[in-house]
Amino acid sequence: MGRYVARRLLQMIPVFIGSTFIIFFMMYALPGDPVRAMMGDQAYDPAVVASIKKDLGLDQPIIQQYVTYMGNLVQGDFGTQIASGRPIADIIADAFPVTIRLTIFAFTFVSLVGIGLGIVAGLKPDTLRDRGLLTLTLFLVSMPSFVLGFLLQYLLAFQWKVTDPTVTDSENWGQLMLPAIVLASLSLAYVARLTRTSIAENLRSDYMRTAVAKGLPRRRIIGVHLMRNSLIPVVTFLGIEVGNLMTGAIVTEGIFNVRGIGVEIYEALSRREGATVVGIASLMVLIYLAASLIVDLLYAVLDPRIRYA
Amino acid sequence: MTTIDKASTVPGPRGPQDDGGPLLEVRDLHVEFSTRDGVAKAVNGVNYTVSAGETLAVLGESGSGKSVTAQAIMGILDMPPGRIPKGEIFFRGQDMLKMSNDERRKIRGQKIAMIFQDALSSLNPVLSVGYQLGEMFRVHQGLSKKEAKAKAIELMDRVKIPAASARVNDYPHQFSGGMRQRIMIAMALALEPDLIIADEPTTALDVTVQAQVMDLLAELQREYNMGLILITHDLGVVADVADKIAVMYAGRIVETAPVHELYKRPAHPYTKGLLESIPRLDQKGSELYAIKGLPPNLTRIPSGCAFNPRCPQAQDVCRTDIPALIPVTERDGGELPGRGSACHFWKETIHG
Amino acid sequence: MPDKTVEKVATATGEPIPAVATDAGPAATGKPRSLWSDAWHDLRRNPLFLVSAVLIVFLLVMAIWPSLFTSASPRDVENLARDFRQPPQWGHVFGRDWLGFDGQGRSIYARIVYGARASITVGVGVTVCVTILGTIVGMIAGYFGGWIDTLLSRMTDIFLGIPFLLGALVVLNTFEKRSVWVVILALAFLGWTQIARVARGAVITIKQADYVVAAKALGASTTRILMRHILPNALAPIIVVATIALGGYIAAEATLSFLGIGLTEPTVSWGGDVSTGRELLRIAPHVLIIPSVMVSITVLSFLMFGDAVRNALDPKLR
Repeated sequence: MGRYVARRLLQMIPVFIGSTFIIFFMMYALPGDPVRAMMGDQAYDPAVVASIKKDLGLDQPIIQQYVTYMGNLVQGDFGTQIASGRPIADIIADAFPVTIRLTIFAFTFVSLVGIGLGIVAGLKPDTLRDRGLLTLTLFLVSMPSFVLGFLLQYLLAFQWKVTDPTVTDSENWGQLMLPAIVLASLSLAYVARLTRTSIAENLRSDYMRTAVAKGLPRRRIIGVHLMRNSLIPVVTFLGIEVGNLMTGAIVTEGIFNVRGIGVEIYEALSRREGATVVGIASLMVLIYLAASLIVDLLYAVLDPRIRYA
Repeated sequence: MTTIDKASTVPGPRGPQDDGGPLLEVRDLHVEFSTRDGVAKAVNGVNYTVSAGETLAVLGESGSGKSVTAQAIMGILDMPPGRIPKGEIFFRGQDMLKMSNDERRKIRGQKIAMIFQDALSSLNPVLSVGYQLGEMFRVHQGLSKKEAKAKAIELMDRVKIPAASARVNDYPHQFSGGMRQRIMIAMALALEPDLIIADEPTTALDVTVQAQVMDLLAELQREYNMGLILITHDLGVVADVADKIAVMYAGRIVETAPVHELYKRPAHPYTKGLLESIPRLDQKGSELYAIKGLPPNLTRIPSGCAFNPRCPQAQDVCRTDIPALIPVTERDGGELPGRGSACHFWKETIHG
Repeated sequence: MPDKTVEKVATATGEPIPAVATDAGPAATGKPRSLWSDAWHDLRRNPLFLVSAVLIVFLLVMAIWPSLFTSASPRDVENLARDFRQPPQWGHVFGRDWLGFDGQGRSIYARIVYGARASITVGVGVTVCVTILGTIVGMIAGYFGGWIDTLLSRMTDIFLGIPFLLGALVVLNTFEKRSVWVVILALAFLGWTQIARVARGAVITIKQADYVVAAKALGASTTRILMRHILPNALAPIIVVATIALGGYIAAEATLSFLGIGLTEPTVSWGGDVSTGRELLRIAPHVLIIPSVMVSITVLSFLMFGDAVRNALDPKLR
């Protein structure tokens, strides 16, 4: 297992470099100019622009820029934001915990409610209950998070006045509840559907028949034999969803004004702050890769048929 | 996950534990399934008995209802879509169909156990074989995890799995097909049940392994004096092991006989056809006999004798009257114990 | 292929009674049923499919001939006298003031009608592009294996490592004017990996099938094997994934346009309309809610359609 992990870690390096380079390339090599964006519409002196660019190393070839950037990044130096002059590491340190909190909240919601609904539906496939829940998940999937976000914001905050429309204190779990639910909805629906399918399929399996024939009590048949098998694909899916939840936060944070990584990256994008975007993106790529490694390891732990190959 | 348990909470009348009567008696059992194309009548009035130490072989093509009958006895039918409109299944004199879920569950595994055809899919892929074997003792006898594991190793030794203590933590996919089937047998044997139902236990195995597994099963059955219902479509498997045979067709028993009598003198054209379609060395070169036609569609079973469209001896009466399973006698009327045939022309078939 | 299905059903119910007996019927009458005709047979009686198909046809007509539905222009100010606070005139079905007016006095109904084109074009366009690209990459990787597979699989991993929404934001942000085609290419650039993986898996399985080995033994050329034997058999799982993804791409376009990084004026986009309706949420919620609902209905139609297609093509998932 140690060797497998080592090999996987080695394999992750080129993927990390490739993914971040693509983002880096798109940020810097394509048209668009952060210095000009910073100066806005005011008249500018080409000489000044050139000298600022030189200071920032933006005049070098793209590969050179990338290597320098990554070299610094490895040492923990994310660079400095052009507009605010703040170190990007500081910005990330401020915003990241907020997004992590939101993601954990949403993830818990996805796991508990998603799996719960899936089990409820899957245990009685093709009943009214099952069809009802399937329809509900279909509706959830077809609502992009901004639609659900505004709908809930309108109903809960403006119509019924039970919540504040936006989050004023990102440290407050209670305030984060609504954004977390909105962020969770899509993944939740997928998890519920996946759990449902997996359970309904395993319910018909031969080993379930064996378990009944062994005279086991129902809670043991369901709890040990059915769950153990049915939740394997769900767990792997949940692992992959961590990354999607974090990027989904870009939209949700915007709607509810949560000062997290999503808002930072969105603002950095509109100002063409390459270093900020690439820094945050690199972090997300890293989290995604780590999550997929953990999922693979978990998969092998949960399913003895999978070997570390 | 629906079983055939009736929801009655009142226990049935308690018969004597051992009254010398049969261990299991199936009476006029009917099972049907609702499908998209109508009601499929899988079992249409099956009767049979099994005593302690006796082996009953149930023979038939797929779709003949032999496995459905077994599942009804075990209480593992999917209901719905399955339904038991009629019939009784007595185990030691008590009708299991009238028992509560819990009573039923206590019989499963402890008193009646089942061996399935495909051990790979019938064993839980993510639990070690030791866990799955030990589970029987933990659930039914309340043993600790450790004791259960010791028992599991003992069982694996019993069914002659080499290096049992080293392999007890292995998973089903790590065993060969024959070894897996031994584990299934061990699991069925764990609590020394009175009756074992083996549903095509060797069909998925290599021919050489088939014999080993059958021998093991027969040996253990003698040792524990268990009743055994052996479900198969393979006449070859049955000959050495079974005491009596019931041949099923379209959900009915069409012939019953002590095993060797059946081979010698079949009393039903279907049995005859089955026997004739076995390749024989002494008839090398001649064309192999095959029963013409296909098994009937269970939503539209032919009127009269269900076998009539495929029967070489069919007459008009076969298309209108359902033949009852009646005793078969010698030409002079002498009794043939245990023999019966559901054919209007059994006399012609056995004596002709 | 139908035989396989029969077997599956049989083992699932334990004893092969009802399913086999009935499914054997048409086979016995000598009418061979292919996977596709079987699927079509299933689809025609699936209410989910019928409802979604009607909705999709409706949306397609709207996308192709928007002027059939309204005489109002989506871009001109139609409401000079009254302001956006005027609620929808539910009685004026198909009228320009049916669904009210937005903050700039434009007819919401007209914008809904004209917005269909962008949504549908992006959804279908991205799906077509990723299907073609993904299938090609996946087939080459799966069929040739070896270093080609390693290379292409790593490349797939790299693209998979970029979070979809984030990647789309970065790509699109570099364009000043973003037309439908820019959005399609950007999403396809990031989205082909899923199909590539599915195609690769399917091809690896099919490659080992006897008929492919036989074709090779008979000396068929690689192109012929790929086009005649492998592609047709790998198509079912690819189509399943593609149809389900279609709804997702429509939602993605709406989300990006909502964030202001998707389609830009003059293209009419529901997502963009939601974005401009934001400030009015408190006073005139219909300005935001109507295009939101339209996005959801469209995504829902394609999702139901995809679900139905998957059920028909992949019976064991039911």
